[in-house]
Amino acid sequence: MNNKFILKFDWYTFLVYIALVTIGLINIYSIGHTQEESMLSLNHTFGKQLFFGLLSIGLIFFIQFPKVKVYERYSSIFYLIILALLIGLFVFGKEVSGAKSWYSISGFSFQPAEFAKVITALALTKHLSEINTDLTTLSDQLTSFVLIFLPALIILPQPDPGSTVVFLSFLLVLHTEELPSQYLLSFIGLIVLFIITLLIGNTIATAIVLGLGLLYIFVLDKKRRRKRLLSTLLTLVLASTFIQSVDFVFENVFEQRHRDRFNIVLGREVDTQGIGYNINQSQIAIGSGGVLGKGFLEGTQTKGNFVPEQQTDYIFTTVGEEWGFVGSFVVIVLFMVLMLRILLTSRRQKNNFSRIYCYCVVCLLFAHFSINLGMVLGLLPTIGIPLPYLSYGGSNLLAFSLLLGIYLKLDANRINEW
Amino acid sequence: MRKSLLFVIVISSGVIFTIRLFSLQVFSSDYESQSLQNSVLKEYIYPERGFIYDRNGTLIVENQPTYDLMVVPRQLQRIDTTEFCKLLKINKKILVDKINEARAYSTRKPSVFLAQLSKSDYAALQEKLWKYRGFYVQKRAVRKYNTFSASNILGYISEVNRFDLRRDPYYQSGELIGRQGIEKTYEKILRGVKGVRYLQRDKFNRVIGPYQKGELDTLPTKPQDIYLTIDIALQEYGQKLLQNKRGGIVAIEPETGEILVNVSTPTYPPDLLVGRNRSENFTVLKNDTINRPLFDRGLQGQYPPGSPFKLVNALIALQEKAITPRFSVQCNEGHYYGRNDFMKCHCSNGTKNRLNSGIYNSCNTYFANVYRRTIDRLNDPKKGMDIWSNHVKSFGMGNYLGYDHPTGQKGFIPNSDYYNYWYPNQRWGATTSLSNSIGQGEVLTTPIQLANMVATIANRGFFFKPHFVKKLQRDSIAEKFRKPNYTTIDSIYFEPVVEGMSNVVKWGTARIARVPGIEVCGKTGTVENFVRIEGEKVQLTDHSMFVAFAPRENPKIAVAVFVENGYWGGRWAAPIASLVIEKYLTGNVRRTYLENRMINGSLVDEYQKPLSGKSFEINE
Repeated sequence: MNNKFILKFDWYTFLVYIALVTIGLINIYSIGHTQEESMLSLNHTFGKQLFFGLLSIGLIFFIQFPKVKVYERYSSIFYLIILALLIGLFVFGKEVSGAKSWYSISGFSFQPAEFAKVITALALTKHLSEINTDLTTLSDQLTSFVLIFLPALIILPQPDPGSTVVFLSFLLVLHTEELPSQYLLSFIGLIVLFIITLLIGNTIATAIVLGLGLLYIFVLDKKRRRKRLLSTLLTLVLASTFIQSVDFVFENVFEQRHRDRFNIVLGREVDTQGIGYNINQSQIAIGSGGVLGKGFLEGTQTKGNFVPEQQTDYIFTTVGEEWGFVGSFVVIVLFMVLMLRILLTSRRQKNNFSRIYCYCVVCLLFAHFSINLGMVLGLLPTIGIPLPYLSYGGSNLLAFSLLLGIYLKLDANRINEW
Repeated sequence: MRKSLLFVIVISSGVIFTIRLFSLQVFSSDYESQSLQNSVLKEYIYPERGFIYDRNGTLIVENQPTYDLMVVPRQLQRIDTTEFCKLLKINKKILVDKINEARAYSTRKPSVFLAQLSKSDYAALQEKLWKYRGFYVQKRAVRKYNTFSASNILGYISEVNRFDLRRDPYYQSGELIGRQGIEKTYEKILRGVKGVRYLQRDKFNRVIGPYQKGELDTLPTKPQDIYLTIDIALQEYGQKLLQNKRGGIVAIEPETGEILVNVSTPTYPPDLLVGRNRSENFTVLKNDTINRPLFDRGLQGQYPPGSPFKLVNALIALQEKAITPRFSVQCNEGHYYGRNDFMKCHCSNGTKNRLNSGIYNSCNTYFANVYRRTIDRLNDPKKGMDIWSNHVKSFGMGNYLGYDHPTGQKGFIPNSDYYNYWYPNQRWGATTSLSNSIGQGEVLTTPIQLANMVATIANRGFFFKPHFVKKLQRDSIAEKFRKPNYTTIDSIYFEPVVEGMSNVVKWGTARIARVPGIEVCGKTGTVENFVRIEGEKVQLTDHSMFVAFAPRENPKIAVAVFVENGYWGGRWAAPIASLVIEKYLTGNVRRTYLENRMINGSLVDEYQKPLSGKSFEINE
């Protein structure tokens, strides 16, 4: 580290990061300020988060010291270690509210799934950046999928469906790195079909899909090449089969709580006391904030502890209630700035590893940001994942600081790299 | 191309979330009230209701705490029922019944398990209450009355109903409101203004502290105590005199219009409409259509005024110069005023009356002629009738008097329109309505209007609107009670009439009303009255009526007394009025023989006659 490094270090990103962590701390203080412990005590949620915040900043600086190649070179080893840790959870994991997602080490809980996201990002980046990797080939596609979904599938039964869903965001990275478009399109198509089917019923959905398909074949596709006709028909058959299976999956594979979450977001059920309680309370909290909010420590919903999990997954409700539209908008803008800044700097990276890693960081941030806010604002079904940097939780904060720290290191080394 | 996809989705997610935030926080206002409902508890602090004193500062109405044992069925747990029942002195069946009753009402809301525990029961229970989850004691304040009388004046309070709630947003369900009497008229004075305390709740409905540091809280405004114009000792005395008789006594202080007494019997003790059995008792009182205890005869009873009305007719005739005090008429046990129409009089054959003797002999013939001269003076009965009607109305008759009590009746004073309506060919004259001359016929008045009429004569021409409240703790009473209302009769015309009234007591029809050492001026009345029994018009025994004021100079009290079906005015009403006057002016009653006769006298047998179904004699 030298003066040159200080000049090249991406201070903007770092400042946004500090701002987000600070906002998180302010709101965690507001939620927990009635606790009896001293606010700096490690038994106080604020004290604990402050400790992890300082630790995270330390971690970011610590990351800047080793040679940059370390992260690339040892990513495979990290990957294997994290897989081992994830599997180890089934044996040594501490059960917290039904989920075996934590190791407990002398009072501190450690959640490997959060770090698995970062390390998978490193491993995937390494694989994609290798000179002979070509995502149009089936073998490289398979390798990438295995890298992504192996940790995801281990995490799923813990159960931690939220983290599993986050791993899907790596599809976007693959897509950016020339994975054939069919994958992403089919994936999005399946989600859309699933939701449409739930909303309007499988018979009408099938009719619409077949109608559109036939319209395409007979009206729009003037040339009627045989190969394309075959693939179109195949797609139609698959789509119809999928639609028919939606009911079965929804009723038999999903558990009741999953069904309820979908039903509430899709407006198929209205329930403000049982299952819909979370969503209703979080919308009341945010909505009652108005333009300017009720003010620091003045949120009635926050004080009354009406929103469950408010300091972790629902931290944004406190922002909404106490700081209003203005405060919430600032948080959204900060995330936008962070993600867009990283996307923009990806262009100045001189090697593939740094560049692809930038995409991974953005995709992970985007997945957490959009799923969390979508849930809190009542746009998506309830999926419990934290809002990076704001939510209470040491593992999440450390993991996302690690994610950002490595990015900062890679970015600062863009010249030396040559 | 592919790289810009990331830009696009990142930016569009930001836009979508911003729009959603905007619609939740800026566009929609529902959430704010939902949030308040959710998390803020509004608690009211009720100030203690104001006390009511009489004119001499005697406390009549105060408050007493009662302790209600409440139950919330949802919170009940297994308890030692034997011990619990022993503690409350109830048996197990009551316990089970009460809990089932409460459960049927609501499992979450509190119901009254046992109302109005005695202080000792409460003390014993309080120590052990912690054992019985789901039970708690709620302190309430109810009215406490230090008199058995005046329930018709004081009125009562009861829980607000949905009409009250709709009419006045101040009230919340379950609160109390003055329902009748002074409690109603002076509701805002007596209740004060409740305070509000906002408390922050948590999701378990527990209070965790003040909301917004208590900045929105308001302190209750203390209510004011009220001093009535009523002399409660005199009121109680009047009620005793009227016991076992139906009737009323209204006494007014002429120089102020303050109502000293307003007795109506049969009545009920005011504490009957307090607390636990209020609604049951109320139903019983309301359904008693024979005695009508809730009916305030002094304010609501509309009767023909009878002979006392002759005083008004005399005054009008004097003012209109239809007669002078020297105007004389000969009475032959009555007189013919039409071919077959004879008006009877109790004067002996050939009696010649002037105004003075006309009054003290209560000569019907004399006043029939006075009335005819008044109406026919301009040879236009319509004009004459309207002039007469306006004079009568200037005494406060024929309309509400405007006193500070919610009940009352207008009475009725006819004018030319009334007779034009009944005689469309317009062929009517003074003789058509000749009964008005002696206070029968179409004229109807309430006893308080008569008392006010006597007060006006006592004042020689003006009255203060009668009222029940002398002063308030902080505010002054309404302006309208403090300025005189002048009649259309000049004061010079009153003295001859007062002279006649004085002679009524001295050697006229009400010699029994003489009070030693005090010059009482009065006028008796014996009022014919009719009821409908099974569709047939039946005449009942006359009402006994008496109006008086005393002393003659600087009058201190004006009284109107009537006793339903008491026959002669001198039989019941005059003695009672004179006893009230004596008691008020001298402080004690020396004519104990008369007092005992009135207190012990009963008209119950008389009231039974029309109910018995048999034929009966009247005016015995």
